[in-house]
This record gives sequence, structure tokens and C-alpha cells, in this order.
Amino acid sequence: MNNEKPMNVLSLQNVVKTYANHRAVNDVSFDVKKGTIFGLLGPNGAGKTSLIRIITTITAADSGQVYLNGQPLNRLHPNDIGYMPEERGLYKKMKVGEQLLYLAQLKGLSSKDAKVKLRHWLEKFEILNWWDKKISDLSKGMSQKVQFIATVVHDPSLIILDEPFSGLDPINANLIKDEIFQLKEKGASILFSTHRMEQVEEICEDIVLINHGKILLYGGVANIKNEFKEHKFSVKYEGSLPESLNFGGYEIVSNHANELIFKGQSGQTSIQLLKNLLDSNVNIMSFNEILPSLNEIFIKKVETSNE
Amino acid sequence: MNKIWLVTQREYLTRVTNKTFILTTLLAPLGILVFMAAVVLVMSTGSDKAKIINVYDPSGLLQNEFKSRDNLTFKFSNESMDAQKVLYKEKKINGILELPPLTDSLAKSYVYKYHSDDQLAMDENFAIESAIGKKIRDFKLKKLNIDAKTLENLDTDVQAEPVTILEDKKISSITTIVSSALGGIVGYAMFFIILFYGMQVMRSVMEEKINRIIEVLISSLKPFELMMGKVLGVGLVGLTQIGIWLILMPIIYFIGAALFGINTEAMPNPVNDMNPEVALTFQSKASQIFLELRSMNWWFILPLTLFYFLAGYFAYSALFAAIGSAVGEDINDANSLTFPIMMPLIFSIYIGFSAVNAPDSSLAVWSSMIPLLSSIVMPVRLPFDPPWWQIGISVVSLIIFTIFLVWLAARIYRVGILMYGKKATFKELSKWIFYKD
Repeated sequence: MNNEKPMNVLSLQNVVKTYANHRAVNDVSFDVKKGTIFGLLGPNGAGKTSLIRIITTITAADSGQVYLNGQPLNRLHPNDIGYMPEERGLYKKMKVGEQLLYLAQLKGLSSKDAKVKLRHWLEKFEILNWWDKKISDLSKGMSQKVQFIATVVHDPSLIILDEPFSGLDPINANLIKDEIFQLKEKGASILFSTHRMEQVEEICEDIVLINHGKILLYGGVANIKNEFKEHKFSVKYEGSLPESLNFGGYEIVSNHANELIFKGQSGQTSIQLLKNLLDSNVNIMSFNEILPSLNEIFIKKVETSNE
Repeated sequence: MNKIWLVTQREYLTRVTNKTFILTTLLAPLGILVFMAAVVLVMSTGSDKAKIINVYDPSGLLQNEFKSRDNLTFKFSNESMDAQKVLYKEKKINGILELPPLTDSLAKSYVYKYHSDDQLAMDENFAIESAIGKKIRDFKLKKLNIDAKTLENLDTDVQAEPVTILEDKKISSITTIVSSALGGIVGYAMFFIILFYGMQVMRSVMEEKINRIIEVLISSLKPFELMMGKVLGVGLVGLTQIGIWLILMPIIYFIGAALFGINTEAMPNPVNDMNPEVALTFQSKASQIFLELRSMNWWFILPLTLFYFLAGYFAYSALFAAIGSAVGEDINDANSLTFPIMMPLIFSIYIGFSAVNAPDSSLAVWSSMIPLLSSIVMPVRLPFDPPWWQIGISVVSLIIFTIFLVWLAARIYRVGILMYGKKATFKELSKWIFYKD
């Protein structure tokens, strides 16, 4: 271990997990920095759930090491992890309060502490009056809130959320998103597993993309987008462009509805292009570099790895 | 350990605070009493139509004595048969009992006639026959000049008195009967209790798998802790329920007796129907049974029975938990998988029955030492005082095997609870045992 370790809440080193006859996790290594939101991405069956189950100590890796806050995973670590699986589940016939109290105690909280913390969370979500309601009487969105509270009530240093927004209406999704940011502010780290790339771009600082149990991409979202950029620019303008306009070696990809899209070469600057545009006496409304969306990168990478 | 206790608490509290549990626990003893009262009522109900029967006894065989009973009224009449048949036609009487004279004082059989278009009920027939039989007996005794007392002295009550040779213990002819009854009842109760609560453990496991809370749970505690907590919790519910029943049964019985007059005298009491001497021996037998029950070595039987119940419950319910983890939504899968577990359970109850008759048969002795069978067969044998070495082997082997089964079940359970969509077969289950964590 090196001295940087404590910087990371979670660190995986060469983790391998094989089931009967297929390798679900193949030599996976990545770090989740403290106080960040980290995206674990991959198509269905990529090995995300297998990885999460190793991190949550539900199963053990065949080889490789997993460190939580610099320590190899041990029996006490589950109390420091909050996990919301994609397949949500609560006891349907149990009351909200009893259920949350039970789950919080299983995470190592004393009954007294759990009650105080639960009160705080239920008040925060304005659902304190649900304490005596049965889960079967709640709507899907409502029980999702209860599930979220169960995941975070014990103040874990690592929170693992598997598709946290699925099945939520935009209002509740926003509510949960705000909570995620607040938890991050308070120092928690979030491992966020999803298919929804627009959410990843919005929320995550770093990502790892896996397919067939292997890492395809790993790094900061901004860096990755930069790495995959195609040197495209978009210009929105008013008026008509002179036909003799010199585009300075840029190729026009499209010119549609007063939006021009150019494509250049790596290393080429946009200075000359912008100058020429300004000289052409059209009214420039905007000038942007077009970065690839994570969705595009995701599809591209997964498709090449499947080939 | 702390987490096992949390699971135990939850399983226990959600069950005992459940309305269905409270209702069944409180109402079951009441239900059993109502059922027993109903059975008693049905059994004691003879024909309920009032009948008037004329008795035509020209030879005076009955000496004008024939006690009317319940709904039967007997009237002696010396009118001619024809005249009486007219009465029948006019529906003034329901039948005519015609008693021909007894010609031969040593006759082995006697035939009387009953004139009517309706037949007598069985119990009515029986009463009439025994009344006539008694009169004929008296008549014969008189004819043969035999004193009734002398005759009674001819009857001898023969009983066996078992005496031990090497062991120093008191046994009586009742010992075997009491032991058999006790063994049978305990064996049967164990069978139902283990089956009933084992199934509850299975359902509880299935519930967590189906509603998908399982993944949240086992990210907080080990599958083994969850399984053990469950088994313990349901087991405590069982002990609570049985405890409440043991307390409630006598209370409800006495309250019922006081309120509704369901007392022993109102019930058809076999003692009432017997002649005094037989009744006397019966009563002495009853007190003998009580003595016998009191002389049983309860300090030895009760803790051991409890041990066999707990060990049997743990072994079977762990297996039920393993099965529950393997099946998903489809309850039919559960049925086919539980069958092999039910086999030793059913097998042992049959061996238990045979052990009641022959507690020292080699079948009973061996099965009381084989784990899974022993948890039912040995409690059946306990009242018969089996040798210490057999109990020793039985207890040790059951403990070892139960620990092994719990371990085995936990291996299957930890894999099964996370398996969806795979049809669970025994082949599959046996593979799971060897899966790495």
C-alpha cells in the first residue's frame, strides 16, 4: 500500500471473480476518491452487480484486494457501507418506522441512536407521519424514499446506489439527487451504478466503464470527454453566410437552421475560423466546442469491445 | 451474535403481534374444547323420538318390571295381540314387545318378537336385550337353586404384576399402558410441531427472497446469521404458542365446565354404565394411572424431550430454510423439494408408533439412535426407560448431525437467496454447497 491510500474511500486491486463457468469480474482495479461521486457503468450483465456484491461483502473475490478507507475489507465494514440495490425490497407488512429501525440496527446503530437519526431523516423528507404506515400502503415512489433512508441512516462513508432514480417521478428524482449532493458535501462518497448516461454526466466526477467483467474506460468525466472529442465546433448565427467564406481548413459537417457544425484536426486551433467568421459580417449568437456525450462514448466503447 | 439476536427479535415480534397468531393461539384451545364437546354430544345422542312400547308378557317373565329409559316408555298389557295391533294402527303405541314363555330353564338362546313397522335404534335394541337377559339370568338362578353371591365368587379378576430382576424399580401392569400413551402423544406432537414451525421458517425465507429485501439484509449481516436468527425466532414463537396452550387449556376447560356445565358427570361416563365392581376397579385403575404418571422420572423425561424437540426443530427447520432459499415465486417447486425432507419425518412417526408397542425392538432401538429419526423416536421411548448408553449415543449423534445439517443448509441458503430464475433441483443444490463465498 502506498501513502495515497487514505485519500481513497474504496480501492480495488486486480479483483477477479469467477462463477461456475464464466468470469464475472476480470482483473478490475479502480479507486474511488473520498468525497466524490463515482459512476460504475456498463451494459446489462457486464459484472456491475458482481462487483457491488464483492464490495458489500455479500460475496468474496477469488483473488485481488478490496480496501475500504485503506483497510482490507473485514466483517465490520458492512456497517460503514450503505447499499441500495436496483431491485428494491422492503417487508411489505411491516410498518415504516419498525422496518427502518430494524435495518438501522442491523447496520450497527443502537436503538436510541437509530431513532434520533430516523426522526431527522423522516422530518427532512416530510414523512414523519408515515412511521406507523405499512409499506404495502405506500406508493412505489414513497417506498423508494423509505429505501433511501434505510441506505443512508447509519452515516456510511461509502454509499452504493444502483439505479437510484429508476421508478421515480422527476420531483422525487430531484429530491434524491439533492440529497446525494448534500451527502457528498458532508464527506460521504457515492458509488453510483446506472445506464442513464445523462445522469452520470450531471452527477459523477469519475467513472469506470466495464463490459464482460473488464475495464474499458476509467478516469474523470471531463478527461474522458476530452480524450474522445472529435474537434467539432458549433456556430449559431443570424443572417446569411457569404459563399466565399474561408473556413481555415475546417470541414463543414452540416449547415442547418442557422447552425453550422465544423470538424477539424487534432492540434488545430479555432482562432482562424472564429476570425474569418467575425469578418464575414454575420451576427454570431454562439460558438461552442462539441464534446461527445458519455452516452456516445459508452456505446462506441461497448460496441468495439463486443466485436 | 448481536445481529442474530436482532433477527430473532424481529421474527418473534412480527409473528406474536400478528392478529392471526393471537387469534389462533387463543382460539385453538377453545376450538378443541368445542370440538370435543360436539363429539361428546353427537356420541351421546341416541334416537330422540319418544316411543311408547307395549310389553306382552303372558308368562310373567319380566315380573311386570321393565324400566322405561330416556325416550322409551314400556307399558305392560295383557290384552290379546290382535287388540294391541289395533292400538298400533290407531297410532297410540309405537310397537309391541312379545315375550314368549321360557320353556327350557337351561335354554342357551331366547327369541322375543318386536312388532312394528319401524325398527328400533341400536341402543334401544341393546337396552331391551340386556334387560331381558338379566331377568332370564335371575330366573335361571332361581330354578337351579344357585345363590347369586356364590356365583359372583366364581369370577376371578386376573392381572399380571411385572417384577424387575436386575434393576431396582417399581413397575405395574399400568406402566406399559401409560408409557405407550405418553410416548404416542409426545411423538405425534413433536411431528406436528416440527413440521408446522419448519414450514414457517421456509415461508419466511421465501418471503424475503421474493420481496427482494434479501440483498439489503445480507449487505448488513452474514446469511448464516440471518438464517439462524430466523430459526431461533420462529422456534421461540413455537415455544410461546405451546406454552400459552398448556396454560390456557386447563383454564378454559374449568371455565367451560363452570359456565356451561360441561362436567364429567354430564359426559357419558364409562363408569356409570358398568356394574359397581367393575367401576370400582376402573376407578382404582384411574388412580393407578395418576400414581404411575407421578412416579415417572419427569426430571429425566422432560429435559430430554425438550432437547430432542429443539435439536429436531433446528435440523429440520434449517433444511426447510435451505429449500425456501432455493425456490422463488413458484410454490410448486417448494412442494417437490420439501418431500424428501418430509420423508424421514413421516418415517419416524411410523417407527414411533411401532416403538409404542415394542419399545425395545431393534427397529425402535436403532432408529432412536439415528439422527433425524431419533428426534421423534427417542422421545417416544423415553417413558420406557431406555438404557443410558442408547440415550448417550442418540444425544451425541443428534447434536453432531444437527450442527452438520445447519452448516450444510447455511451453505445452500447463502447461494440460494441470491439465485433468481434458475430452477432449483437437488443436483443444483448440491453444487451450491461447494460454491466459494
